[in-house]
Amino acid sequence: MARKVTSRRVWVSTAAAWFFGFLIFLPILWMVLTSFKTELDAFAMPPKFLWFHWTTENYATVQERSDYFHHALNSLIVAGGSTLIAMLIAVPAAWSMAFAPTKRTKDVLLWMLSTKMMPPVGVLVPIYLIYRDFGLLDTRAGLVFILCLGNLPIVIWMLFTYFKEIPKDILEAARMDGATIGRELIYVLAPMAIPGLASTLLLNFILAWNEAFWTLNLSTLDAAPLTVFIASYSSPEGLFWAKLSAASTLAIAPIIILGWFTQRQLVRGLTFGAVK
Amino acid sequence: MATQQTQVLGRALLTPAVALLFIWMIVPLAMTIYFSTLHYTLLDAESERFVGLENFRYFLTDPAFLTSLQNTLVLVGSILAITILLGTPLALLLDQPVIGRSAVRLMVIAPFFVMPTVSALVWKNLLMHPVSGLFAWIGTSFGLTPIDWFTDAPLLAVILIVSWEWLPFATLILLTALQSQDEEQKEAAEMDGASAFSTFIYLTLPHLARPITVVILIETIFLLTVFAEIFVTTGGGPGLQTTNIAFLIYAQALIQFDVGNASAGGLVAVVIANIVAFFLVRVIGRNLET
Repeated sequence: MARKVTSRRVWVSTAAAWFFGFLIFLPILWMVLTSFKTELDAFAMPPKFLWFHWTTENYATVQERSDYFHHALNSLIVAGGSTLIAMLIAVPAAWSMAFAPTKRTKDVLLWMLSTKMMPPVGVLVPIYLIYRDFGLLDTRAGLVFILCLGNLPIVIWMLFTYFKEIPKDILEAARMDGATIGRELIYVLAPMAIPGLASTLLLNFILAWNEAFWTLNLSTLDAAPLTVFIASYSSPEGLFWAKLSAASTLAIAPIIILGWFTQRQLVRGLTFGAVK
Repeated sequence: MATQQTQVLGRALLTPAVALLFIWMIVPLAMTIYFSTLHYTLLDAESERFVGLENFRYFLTDPAFLTSLQNTLVLVGSILAITILLGTPLALLLDQPVIGRSAVRLMVIAPFFVMPTVSALVWKNLLMHPVSGLFAWIGTSFGLTPIDWFTDAPLLAVILIVSWEWLPFATLILLTALQSQDEEQKEAAEMDGASAFSTFIYLTLPHLARPITVVILIETIFLLTVFAEIFVTTGGGPGLQTTNIAFLIYAQALIQFDVGNASAGGLVAVVIANIVAFFLVRVIGRNLET
C-alpha cells in the first residue's frame, strides 16, 4: 500500500527532481539548440537561449561537406551486424546453459564474464598488427568482428538471465506431448523468449553504436562510424560549433530514443543480473 | 532431469561461443606476452630481438608510467566518488512521489546514451570554452573569473565530463534497487517514530550496500580504460597531465610505434583490471544459482 504523503512534500520533491533532471539534461538540450543557430549566434556572448535566428542550414552543410550518411550507414552496419552475429552465437549458448545446465555451467558463465573485463588496451597491439597484416584496418568487417567479440559475453549473460525465467515445466509438458526439440524451440520457447531477445538486441545495438575504443583505433575513413566522424571535429580548423552540434544531434538522436525504450533492461544487462 | 540427448545437444550449442571467446582471450593475450619480451618497433622492424623483461623494467621505471598511474587513480576515484555521492541522493529523490517521474527519469538517463566523442566535444566547446562557453557566462554572471578548463584544470575537466556520462548509470541502478526495498519495513519504522534520517541510515543504506558495490566494481572496470574522452579533448596533455594508463599505452603503440614497450604496458593494465575483476566476479557469482 502506498503511504499517505502530504501534498507539500510532493511539490517539494517534484520541484527538486525536475530541477536536477533539467540540470543533467542541459548539455544535450544546449547542443540541440546550438545546432539550429548560425555560427555567429553559436559563439554569441551572452548566450542566446531561444531568441535567435533559427536555421536548419547546419544539417544540410554537415551532409554536403562531410558525407554524414556514409558514416551513419557505417554505424548502422557495424552496430547492427555485430549485434546480429553475436545473437546468432549467443542464443544457442544461453539456451543450453539455461535449460541443460551441467556442473560446470556456473564456472563457464563467470569465465565468459571475466573475458569482458580484459582491458581492450591490453590487446591493442596484437589486434592492430593482425588487422594490418590481414588488411582489416578501416574495414566494416573488421569492426563488426571485434565489436561482436567484445559484446558477446554481455549478450550471452543477458539472454541467460531471461531464459532462466522461462518456467521449465512448460518444456517438460511439451516433451511429454511428444514435441521434438526443434518444435519445442519454435512453438513453446520462442514466444516466451521474444521480449528478452528484443531487449538484448536493443541494448547491445546501443553499446556497439557508442563504442569508441576500437572504432577510433581501427578505422579512419572508409569504415569510420559516427564516433570517429564526430572525433574529426576535434581538430581546431574543423571547429564550427553549430555544425558540430548538428552532426552530434544526428548521431545521438536515434540512439537516445532507442535507449529510452530499453532503460529498464539496461540495469539487468549492465550489472550481469546482479541488480534487477 | 535433462536427458542424455539434451546434454549432448547442450554441449554442441555451447561450443561455438566458448571456442570463440577462448580464442579471443588467449591469442591476443599470448601475442601481447610474446611482444612484451621483444625489442620491436614498427619504424625499424629489422631490429626485432629478444630482450627478456627489459620492456617491463623500462615501462615501470618510466616517469610517465607513475604519472599516468596516478592520473588513472585520481580519475577513477573522483568519478566513483562523484557518481555515488550524487547518484544516491538523486535516486532517493526519484524514489519519492514526483509528478511526471518518468519524464524526469528520461532526462536523467539520457547522458548515458550519448556517444563518448559527442559528450567530450560538446562539453569541451559549448560548455567549457573559456570565452564563449555556457559555464564562462554563468561564472561571469556571478562575478567570477572564468577558468580555462583545459589549460588550468585539464584533469578536472575530463573528470567532470566522464562523471556526467556515468552519473545516470549509478542513479538508475540505485533507483532500481530502492524500488525493490520493502515498503512495509519502512512503514513500521515510521510508525515506531523513527526519523527519516535514521530510517535512511539503518534501513535504506544497508539495503543499498550491495548495489553500490556493484556500481563501484562495474564502473571501475570501464573507467580504468577511459580513452575516447581524452583522445578528442586533450590528447593526453598538456604534458602528461591527462594521460592515463590506457592513453599512455595507446600513445606508445600507435604514435611511437614501440610494440614491445606498449605490450609490456598492456600487460600491466591487464593485471590492474584483473585485481578489480576478481572481486566483481565473486560478487556476481554469489547470487548466481544454476
